[in-house]
Amino acid sequence: MQPRDLQAEQFGKYPPQARQVAAAHLQLLRQLPIGFLPSLLRQVKEYDFKFPAERASIDRELTCLSALSAPQLAEWFKGFEALKISPALERFDWVNAPSQFVEQQSAYLWSTHQLDAFRDTATAYGARLRGDTPTEPLPMRRLGIAVIGQEVASYDEELFHNLRPHGTYFHQIRPEGGLDLLLGAVAERAKQSPQPYAHWYVDGGESAAVETPGVTRVSYKSLEGTRTALLNFMQEQIQKPGMGPEELRTRLAELEPRDAGMDAAADPVLSRFELKLLTEGSGTQIFSTTFAQWTAREALRRAQPLTLLVRFAPRQRQRPMNELLANTQTDAAADLIGSLVDADMGAYYHWINQQRLDGANEAVFIAWFEGHNQAIAVGPTLARGVQSGSAMDLGQLMKFAMG
Amino acid sequence: MERATGMSDFARSWTRAGSPRAMAMQLSRTRREFLRDAAHLALGGALLSKSPLVRGEAAQKRRKMIVITFGGGARDQETFAPEGQHNIPNMLSQMAPQSSFFTHVTNDGILGHYVATASLTTGSYETLNNFSAVPPEHPTVFEYFRKDLRRPATDAWVVAPSNGFNRIGESDSRSYGQGLGAAVILPKHLLAAATPGSTVDVDHLLRDNYENPLYTPQLSGNPFDLEQLENVLRLSVSDFLSHARTLSSPDELSVYIAKRLMEREAPSLLWITMHDIDVAHSGAYSLYVDGIRRTDRLCAELWQAVQANPEYAGKTTMFILPDFGRDSDYDAGGNGFQHHRTGDVASRTTWMMALGAGVREGVVYDQPVQSIDLVPSLGAMMGFSAAQSAGKPIRELV
Repeated sequence: MQPRDLQAEQFGKYPPQARQVAAAHLQLLRQLPIGFLPSLLRQVKEYDFKFPAERASIDRELTCLSALSAPQLAEWFKGFEALKISPALERFDWVNAPSQFVEQQSAYLWSTHQLDAFRDTATAYGARLRGDTPTEPLPMRRLGIAVIGQEVASYDEELFHNLRPHGTYFHQIRPEGGLDLLLGAVAERAKQSPQPYAHWYVDGGESAAVETPGVTRVSYKSLEGTRTALLNFMQEQIQKPGMGPEELRTRLAELEPRDAGMDAAADPVLSRFELKLLTEGSGTQIFSTTFAQWTAREALRRAQPLTLLVRFAPRQRQRPMNELLANTQTDAAADLIGSLVDADMGAYYHWINQQRLDGANEAVFIAWFEGHNQAIAVGPTLARGVQSGSAMDLGQLMKFAMG
Repeated sequence: MERATGMSDFARSWTRAGSPRAMAMQLSRTRREFLRDAAHLALGGALLSKSPLVRGEAAQKRRKMIVITFGGGARDQETFAPEGQHNIPNMLSQMAPQSSFFTHVTNDGILGHYVATASLTTGSYETLNNFSAVPPEHPTVFEYFRKDLRRPATDAWVVAPSNGFNRIGESDSRSYGQGLGAAVILPKHLLAAATPGSTVDVDHLLRDNYENPLYTPQLSGNPFDLEQLENVLRLSVSDFLSHARTLSSPDELSVYIAKRLMEREAPSLLWITMHDIDVAHSGAYSLYVDGIRRTDRLCAELWQAVQANPEYAGKTTMFILPDFGRDSDYDAGGNGFQHHRTGDVASRTTWMMALGAGVREGVVYDQPVQSIDLVPSLGAMMGFSAAQSAGKPIRELV
């Protein structure tokens, strides 16, 4: 089927708000090329379960495209129009299964050497869209905080190697009460700018007991039951005859939070987000450091929070993959130093992903070696590539970094 | 507040070079500058264009080739960029000074480990399903080598990491194909077969496919089995198991088998695919870097084994190259080192080290070559024609 043949009733299986969005922009959708449209429908179909920032982004994109004339649309999408799509993909039910279409399209683009052209086209489209769609000014500077190295007694190698050129390295931090001070600052920001999903605390272990009203919380420990249910589901599925990687991914994508034993009364947007962390992330089911890093990435990409504190916890040591996936607890000893190295890189990726968002040049980032006197702070008022021997606690560092 | 447009200061430094081609050139220049400083290598363009290859039929007959894929997928910043040097001390201090080092090798094919390694062996960008145990479409280097030079089956071998690589030794090409390929040894398959029922004490050596850890493709074809372990490698199952228990990773097991093969069969064409590094897919950076350090050590061990073996010393050329890189930290479509899914410059641009017989020592070559140029180059060096390869011989090697 081609986009020009689209009818409103074909969106009947979409959730209510998604259905409305699609119907309201039917004329536009009919004019978009098949090499692009399923990627957009993948977003629209999940509209009911998107974060506010994502909904605003979809709305802006559709509004922007709807304002273009037919020749302008043709000009915007000529790169996508030029992509060759296989007849099998054209026959695919891309309205109801856009994610699967995009996955198969990706494989097709790789095999037909069109991936580089697709990358260039998609990048140019994204840049053009950002240039043509206004965004609201942020109510406060964005702040990222990474807490790494939990339970590590000492470490002699250099930390924050990748971040040091971008900020000031502090080596006389007073660590006492550090986590509480940081979480208190996050809660204070949530109080100052109380918006849904704007302030997050992600923990790679068990969440700290301190109260943080208005802060969205995700932790590895709290998802233990879900992780076990998913690993069992995957083990069951791969035993089935004819089951392949693509089929398994499709089954995982179809799972609802309740299928993985998640609380039916919980926030449906957050539950879906958490489920996707485990079904779409690689390694998130088995390594807590990967879970924390991937959660930070996805929270920044999707919810675009004003505040994100990520605390890394020790991960289990490496074991054979089949043993890890079987979730047997024969020897789940932690790899403390490996976890610190993972988290150090995770902090760097946290900063990179934060810098992809609006307000990057005003944003502040802090990473702290938990329980120790080393930290790094990056921000517009902080010198780059220098060290500071100033003695201060984490609260004072936060105030200093925020200017 | 200033609005970011997807590229703030940190990314500008990376993308300053502009086009993907310019970025690839920048990567290669960085490798060159670093090698010149750290390993005292000279720039190849200033030297004679022809290789010092000893020519003649007799020399070609004695010649041996070993190809090691430094896998699966390693980036510059963890290997040959200045900040990665501490991860590859053996290659940097021992091997690079003896090598011709190609700083700019591109892979324009599909970036999955089986399909990319298959492409390396055929010299053509294969399009097979990365997660299926199917043979390459085009003839492999083993088929060209054996058919053109009339070599026996015992003269070409592959040691590969997982069941998915079982069909890599032989294509389904009509003019080559069946009976002309290399025997493929899957050490993990052997280990699993040697420990029926319980693998507790060797489980750490049985890690399979990191790209898709839930799947171990079913073996098809004629896998090298325990009987051949005894007949070909002169290795009893109990000795094999005893030694395996002393090892810490699947690649260590592969190198153990490869060295045994060199001692017993002394094949002229030996292809070893490393895979420990691909643990990066689990997202644990420390494990990825550990994998690189281990692979560096294992490459040096193999090179030392070549020098110590009279069948190989002085007449062996060894090639070491990653099958491809991994995603850049700065590509928003990826997640840095974890995967190789974006097709960005960092994931497509890598390096190759050639050392040993017929190779000029201590030279860096900047000019771009493609990974599919390896097979035609091997053909030119050994005297066979990679007739259906899409690559071309690398001038500096032939």
